Amino acid sequence: MKSWNAQKTTLAERLADGRRYASGKTIEVVDLPNFLEAVIRPADRVCLEGDNQKQADVLAAALADVDPAKIHDLHMVQSGVVLPEHLDVFEKGIARRLDYSYSGPQAARVARLLFGGKIELGAVHTYLELFARYFVDLTPNVALIAAVCADRDGNLYTGPNTEDTPTVVEATTFKSGIVVAQVAEIVDRLPRVDIPGDQVHFVVEAKKPFYVEPLFTRDPAAITEAQVLTAMLAIKGLYAPYGIRRLNHGIGFSTAAIELLLPTYGEKLGLKGSVCTHWALNPHPALIPAIESGWVEQIHSFGSEVGMDDYIRARSDIYFTGPDGSLRSNRAFCQVAGLYACDMFIGSTLQIDLLGNSSTVTTSRIAGFGGAPNMGSDARGRRHPSAPWLQAGKEADPDGPPPLRRGRKLVVQIGETFGDKNVPLFVEKLDALTLAEKLNLELAPLMIYADDVTHIVTEEGIANLLLCRDKDEREQAIRGVAGYTDVGRGRDGKMVRRLRERGVIRRPEDLGIDPLDADRSLLAARSIKDLVRWSGGLYAPPSKFRNW
Amino acid sequence: METLSYRHKAQERAAGSKSLAIIGVVASGNLEVLVERSLPDTECQVDINTAAEGFGAVWEAVIADFVERRSPGGLRLSVNDGGARPDTVALRLAQAVRLIEEEDR
Amino acid sequence: MNARKLEAPDLSRVANSKTVSWYEASARQRVRLMLDAGSFREFIGPEQREQSPHLRVFDLPTQFDDGIVVGRGRIAGTPIFVAAQEGRFMGGAFGEVHGAKLTGLLRAARDTKSVPVLILFDTGGVRLQEANAGELAIAEIMRALIEARMAGVKIVGLIGGRAGCYGGGGLIAGCCSALAVSEQGRIGVSGPEVIETNRGVEEFDSRDRALVWRTMGGKHRRLLGGAEAFVDDTIQSFRNIALSLIGSVPSFGLDVLKAEQARLEERLQRFGTCADAIDIWRAEDIFDAEAVPAISSLDFIDLANRDGEPRYDAR
Repeated sequence: MKSWNAQKTTLAERLADGRRYASGKTIEVVDLPNFLEAVIRPADRVCLEGDNQKQADVLAAALADVDPAKIHDLHMVQSGVVLPEHLDVFEKGIARRLDYSYSGPQAARVARLLFGGKIELGAVHTYLELFARYFVDLTPNVALIAAVCADRDGNLYTGPNTEDTPTVVEATTFKSGIVVAQVAEIVDRLPRVDIPGDQVHFVVEAKKPFYVEPLFTRDPAAITEAQVLTAMLAIKGLYAPYGIRRLNHGIGFSTAAIELLLPTYGEKLGLKGSVCTHWALNPHPALIPAIESGWVEQIHSFGSEVGMDDYIRARSDIYFTGPDGSLRSNRAFCQVAGLYACDMFIGSTLQIDLLGNSSTVTTSRIAGFGGAPNMGSDARGRRHPSAPWLQAGKEADPDGPPPLRRGRKLVVQIGETFGDKNVPLFVEKLDALTLAEKLNLELAPLMIYADDVTHIVTEEGIANLLLCRDKDEREQAIRGVAGYTDVGRGRDGKMVRRLRERGVIRRPEDLGIDPLDADRSLLAARSIKDLVRWSGGLYAPPSKFRNW
Repeated sequence: METLSYRHKAQERAAGSKSLAIIGVVASGNLEVLVERSLPDTECQVDINTAAEGFGAVWEAVIADFVERRSPGGLRLSVNDGGARPDTVALRLAQAVRLIEEEDR
Repeated sequence: MNARKLEAPDLSRVANSKTVSWYEASARQRVRLMLDAGSFREFIGPEQREQSPHLRVFDLPTQFDDGIVVGRGRIAGTPIFVAAQEGRFMGGAFGEVHGAKLTGLLRAARDTKSVPVLILFDTGGVRLQEANAGELAIAEIMRALIEARMAGVKIVGLIGGRAGCYGGGGLIAGCCSALAVSEQGRIGVSGPEVIETNRGVEEFDSRDRALVWRTMGGKHRRLLGGAEAFVDDTIQSFRNIALSLIGSVPSFGLDVLKAEQARLEERLQRFGTCADAIDIWRAEDIFDAEAVPAISSLDFIDLANRDGEPRYDAR
């Protein structure tokens, strides 16, 4: 007779095996490798947190320490490949297959292991895409997660860096999977319950906090004049005319410059209250001056940011916080917010081609996608109108009948024509394409597809791709803001002039901006210490950003 | 190190009466521009000493655009370049002309 | 972190040229904005093209003024000689021409006798590429500086730039009549990386920026008595303190040198066994020593005036 409850039976067996090492729900760190060998089976799908920011580092180290003779051929499904241990499991033959989203620090090693045949790649996803598959065809058998603290019933407090945890736990625990949490300590009473105890099977008291990187802090001292100029162009040439109130900023110095120009340049333009009021954004320290100056109504965050806890607590009208006062972040919901509730995404990239395809891949690093493609894409399932969305839709399809016309989310790529080490932003052929050929991939790993990109902003001006009527106009519009790169110098001067007359390309002068006025003195804060001052001493930057 | 030199005709004499100005700093990704009012009104010259070799075509394009946009007649601009990007070069050249056209406060 | 409540910066700072950041300004901007408008006359200006004859060998670009601006002008009507190092060119380091310009300025001051000198330090020391010429220049500068002081000239050093004041620059600073420093400024001889390389990271972790600033930064130099004055990071503040120090430094002679020797010996005796600047500040009875690095410039100035090392008739 067919069994329809085999997974529950297996779960009971694994729990019994695991409980041999447990006292209540608690496992000692020293017992971890044996415990993991008891609850995991070969070829299991394992989700190891592996978030963008926080890492279940103790569990990762323990997993890398299991006996490959007992535990092998695991299929790792995780958002981030961040710690060395995340790849050690592949080197040692504990894991074989990988589905993930982002691998910033390990990008070069991922590439090496892929080329060397040590990793069988499922696919590289966006965060939201991976989360979606946790509920369809990549459901984890075991989830190894990170929380701040637990009580004796296994209730968890995930705190400011809640990030992916609710999503991972939901998919795992309700499909008969096992959830193991590492916490800094087990306490009598939690500040608040983020994950209910009956969704958690085992808890490990690591006696130290989980590992978190400050990824969203940008030192204002490093912002250049060119970045100030592109920020001025974006504010006056896009935020103002489209009336962008709801938005997401990709992390980077160009967007940090925009954030720091709102209280000064934005104020001068009289834009407060009409732009930048509602955000899907991590707690960027660079937004503090704008918040303090009254620009911001509300921010929902994917995760937290090191040093911002006290500031967030003191600004609960702005951020999402629990009854305990600390931030509650949620990557899945914030990704959805960026997709459907924002009218603009603006961020930087490493390469743009003649169609407008954008990529951060180079031939020696496979960094993955993270959340950018979600943020930077037009959500075709959207139905509610807003002024910017309708305006952009009209520009894209001026002849279509208005009631049947799709709106468009603004997807803006901003950057200087030459990037780090004077490498050109604009190229004829993306490295991503070369990589796909080399690795025999079906798809070139593009961050943002050309047909989603609506505008490109460089120090030479703004190209509005919505207004381009064909492929040639699009190419010349891109060449027309590509400055003195080879791509830029290859422009058809006459056609670019015509595009400028039509407003498809707008130069700083066309917007009343003199590039010579783009000065660091316009920044509301020019140092980390300025940000601390703006926050009234509440922002506590991590030591690498401080000289005190 | 590479030395380049470009001579152009300019539409108009650069405004103002100052005979000398200097802007910028020689550092990685930066440059200094010394500008002297020492040529006939419709002539302009740019002399460059650069640490980044092989970019003659780019310098030529940047300077041609600069001459057309800023009309630096009568000016000799001398550049010490630490490998700056073309847009930084264009900015400094424009800053130099603005500086020499300014009246002394 | 027990930071005292810090004031939100005044937005008018952004527009007002009198509150331009010293740290962010170039050498030329510091000179132009600090001196009375139109009063500056440059000696051996960039149009003379007295550039380094040595850098070409290393395929390095030169700067027309070799990274130092020298000349004369006025502050609030008072005539002064001024030298300003450009910290972003070769780290503000001394080379043959750079050094010679400062030597010449100090000799002119020595011969003029009545005009004080402001040295706007922003230097990592001697240029490796011109090591011999640079070291010679340091020696010549120190000699010219002392000769000028013996002739009655007041020589005030201002420190607050990116490169700090290190190596030979630190030695020269030690010979000045008085020094003013901002929070960003650092004064030392061996730089943090050199100390770490030679003594190990346990002795001095050069990447621990808080440690670097505690050890060599403006606040500590002020509290230790290594600098007479601490100022806010604005050109206006440096201008005001320059005037004030010019007006107040004592004259120079053997008695002053002996008093300086005694002061330094006593300092070594009192603090020689302290492991960290915080230990020194505690020994000086500074209230809430650990909070010193975090407090605002204005609060620090009050604290230093109240509890810092007293003025000596030394230097």
